[in-house]
Amino acid sequence: MTSLLEVQNVRRSFPRGGGEELLVLDDVNLTLKEGEIVGLLGRSGSGKSTLLRLIAGLARPQGGTLTYMGAPIEGPAQGVAMVFQGFALFPWMTVLENVQLGLEALGLPEAEIRSRALAAIDLIGLDGYESAYPRELSGGMRQRVGFARAVVVHPNILLMDEPFSALDVLTAENLRTDLIELWGNGKLPIKGIMLVTHNIEEAVLMCDRVLLFSSSPAKITADIAIHLPQPRDRTSPQFEDYVDKIYVEMTAKRVERMRQQVGAAAIEMPLSHVSPNQISGLIEALSAAPYNGKADLPDIAYEQELEVDELFPVAEAMQLLRLAEVEGGDIKLTHMGKRFADGELNERKEIFSRALQSHVPLAAHIRKVLDERKSHSAPKTRFLDELEDHMPEDAAEETLKTVVSWARFGELFSYDDDAAAFSLENPT
Amino acid sequence: MKILPPVSIEARRLLPSRWDLLAAMLVLAFIIAFADVSRSLVQPLSTITSHDLSLDQALLPGYALRTALRMLIAMGVSLIFTLSYATWAAKNARAANLLVPLLDILQSVPILGFLSVTAVWFLSLSPGRVFGAELACVFAIFTSQAWNMAFSFYQSLRTVPEDLTEAGRMLGLSAWARFWRIEAPYATPPLIWNMMVSMAGGWFFVTVSEAISVGKTNIALPGIGSWIAVAIEQRNIPAILEAILAMLVVILVYDQILFRPLLAWADRFQIGDDQDDDPPQSWVLTMLRRSSLIDWMTAPFDQMMRWSYRWHPPHFGLRGATREHDSRIADITWYVVLGVLGLYAAFEVYSFARATLSWHELLLTVGLGFLTMARVVVLIILASLVWTPIGVYVGLRPRLTRIVQPVAQFLAAFPNNLLFPLAVSLIVAWKLNVNIWLSPLLVLGPQWYILFNVVAGARTMPRELLDVGDNFGVRGLLWWKRVALPAIFPHYLTGAITASGGAWNASVLAEVANWGKTTLHADGLGAYITDATVSGNFPHVVLGMAVMAFFVVVVNRLFWQPLYWLAERKYRLV
Repeated sequence: MTSLLEVQNVRRSFPRGGGEELLVLDDVNLTLKEGEIVGLLGRSGSGKSTLLRLIAGLARPQGGTLTYMGAPIEGPAQGVAMVFQGFALFPWMTVLENVQLGLEALGLPEAEIRSRALAAIDLIGLDGYESAYPRELSGGMRQRVGFARAVVVHPNILLMDEPFSALDVLTAENLRTDLIELWGNGKLPIKGIMLVTHNIEEAVLMCDRVLLFSSSPAKITADIAIHLPQPRDRTSPQFEDYVDKIYVEMTAKRVERMRQQVGAAAIEMPLSHVSPNQISGLIEALSAAPYNGKADLPDIAYEQELEVDELFPVAEAMQLLRLAEVEGGDIKLTHMGKRFADGELNERKEIFSRALQSHVPLAAHIRKVLDERKSHSAPKTRFLDELEDHMPEDAAEETLKTVVSWARFGELFSYDDDAAAFSLENPT
Repeated sequence: MKILPPVSIEARRLLPSRWDLLAAMLVLAFIIAFADVSRSLVQPLSTITSHDLSLDQALLPGYALRTALRMLIAMGVSLIFTLSYATWAAKNARAANLLVPLLDILQSVPILGFLSVTAVWFLSLSPGRVFGAELACVFAIFTSQAWNMAFSFYQSLRTVPEDLTEAGRMLGLSAWARFWRIEAPYATPPLIWNMMVSMAGGWFFVTVSEAISVGKTNIALPGIGSWIAVAIEQRNIPAILEAILAMLVVILVYDQILFRPLLAWADRFQIGDDQDDDPPQSWVLTMLRRSSLIDWMTAPFDQMMRWSYRWHPPHFGLRGATREHDSRIADITWYVVLGVLGLYAAFEVYSFARATLSWHELLLTVGLGFLTMARVVVLIILASLVWTPIGVYVGLRPRLTRIVQPVAQFLAAFPNNLLFPLAVSLIVAWKLNVNIWLSPLLVLGPQWYILFNVVAGARTMPRELLDVGDNFGVRGLLWWKRVALPAIFPHYLTGAITASGGAWNASVLAEVANWGKTTLHADGLGAYITDATVSGNFPHVVLGMAVMAFFVVVVNRLFWQPLYWLAERKYRLV
């Protein structure tokens, strides 16, 4: 099989304030061969979409090379078409006009534009909607237009950036099966597909290979081939094995990183925003039947209707606060976690407050400063500056925001957003 | 935040209703009443004429301060007007029938017209004293600020989310408390934006409203406007430059200590979850928020407002029950009163017109109206051709946008009649055709509305749509036709509508331009009004104003409104 696309040692960073650089992609390597569907799987914000934009030629890497059919990618290449997460349809064009746009850009004769567009509309199941405007269509139909627009130019590579994540569950599943069916029948004039997703099951359902992405900066940490015939059955044991395997793979890496962080817990540890509500919710679900304090991560994620990238930060926060332990693909409540689950609101607040003081150095630090000051108050910038010495500006903002929401719940200290100041007094 | 188009475009109907006619009659009658009084009052005032005004640089800061204060007072009056007028219109359907068309007519009347017919009346309030002149000046600035503020507030009150109102009712808030705690906060951010636009508009007219010359009356109130008028009369270019500098300083100070803090403060009233990446900041507001002195000073006021919320007038509670019953009687009374008022107004207009105007004069003004309209149309087209591509280019480049946008906003606020002398000298020197070459002055100011609306439109174009263009290789002419122009169309339209309104208004100043003793004179409705004002011919001023307001409303209804609703329907990006 010939390779359609080669990505070698690609590095991409964005400039930050103060001359700093935020590294988004670091040393990424991958290939896409003819006849393959490759999935890029990782948490949102992990740089998958950035990689896709590089492949589409919409952005340029700072280092490394991207090669499409033997030629370096130096701009939007003909033969690479993209399907967008938010559909990206032009509201002032009808379905037909939207689909025709790419063909007009190719400068084809009028008659050919029309016949090819109608054929694509027919293929994707949009018959009868040619003269409708996007706003008249449901989300699923809109994304079908997105597909038709991409397919109509007969691209060699179809890039899909989370194409199903803006759709409801049923519609998304419907569209996935249709697409796989067309692909399996060889009806799509496409040689290879690259799919960005944060949904593990979606990746296992559709892809021949799944590449796992770690975040900040993104690296490919595993390349898992899915040896299952299409159409795939979500309920088959083999399917579930793949999902579990990927879960463990993804959590193992994160748990290891979390361990290191918690071991060296310091004031400047970045915290991702998780609300005390989310923590309480997960603790309650964990302590109740059928889990009784211990659960398989994929199971509880499914039951709580959480995506991986929504579940991980919550689990992480619980681990940090020593309310739960994450081991392999499992999450288990600690003694404190169980007491939290059983407690009344006031007891919960107390447990939370103690956990903050002993395990979140930043919270303890702020409290100490407030205790020491005569006014018992301190401006936000006092701590923000401190954090910004160690992390980018928005990470510092997020960390502080997280600590504020935790401290409010634990009643450890309070924060006045108008005055941008921390204080010990509770508003009366 | 977008600038609102005039009422007649938002109204969604094409043909004038009887309410529009009634509103037009009332405005006309009102103006005529003023003009009538004025005619009997025209007499030379010897107190503060332009001859007394000295162009001494040491006096300039003082002048600037006085001008700034006048604008502030006018803004305060506009705010009071907005809060009362717009609230009345929004709360009372009966009143809205009349008040909204009235606003539309008022918005279309050339602002300078207000000055010429009311100045003399205000002067007569305190003969021989500065006070009356000050009132006239503040009133003129008020007329350039109030209408769009009131309309914005009215629109916001009409669109307060249902769940907020219902929550207020469930909590048992009185109508008074609901207004201050729910409705007014909701309407605040758009109101502040419109205040900023109004302030910019006010600057243009401050230069004329301080130096009032009506008939034999010549007044120059100490201020930047009079300074400029005298400087133009004396052909004193350094003095004009100094005035520009002073004006720049005042605009900057206003921005820093009034509008920035207001914007930053009002950010909290923004409804919706989408947190702005870059919320407005203001050092003044931060200072105020951190100072306990301010807390201490505002505490009694807060307390008073909280007390007032507890006050439940019995009337409000019963209203729901009695409304059905009293509505017929009230309706009849209301219509009878309006009917009588309308008849009286029509009679007044009729007798005024019969006594002082002829059919010939009406035909003449309509003809001149078409001439001015041709000017406005051609220039808006030219300005669009120039600024649309530039605006798109700038808007797609964030770094450039950050530089261009504040500059364009300043240029829009900049009283461009300061550039008239330059135009006059060039026309005289090169012996150019006055009717053609005075015309560009019409769009000197208004063109910036086109630029910064297009910039805003291009800036808010979704990243994904631009990516689609790139991904599918849409370039060149196809890109402009399919992607760029449709995407900015709604924004462009708002800009063009505002610009065209501005150009009509500017025609009163721009069709007659002075530089020292040289006066250039183009044919047009604006020049007609100016001439009538200078010669104190009030019937002609009134006629000119009425015809111009008529033109503006008709153009809005027949041309801009269909386009606007097309843009709203088809081109609005969600």
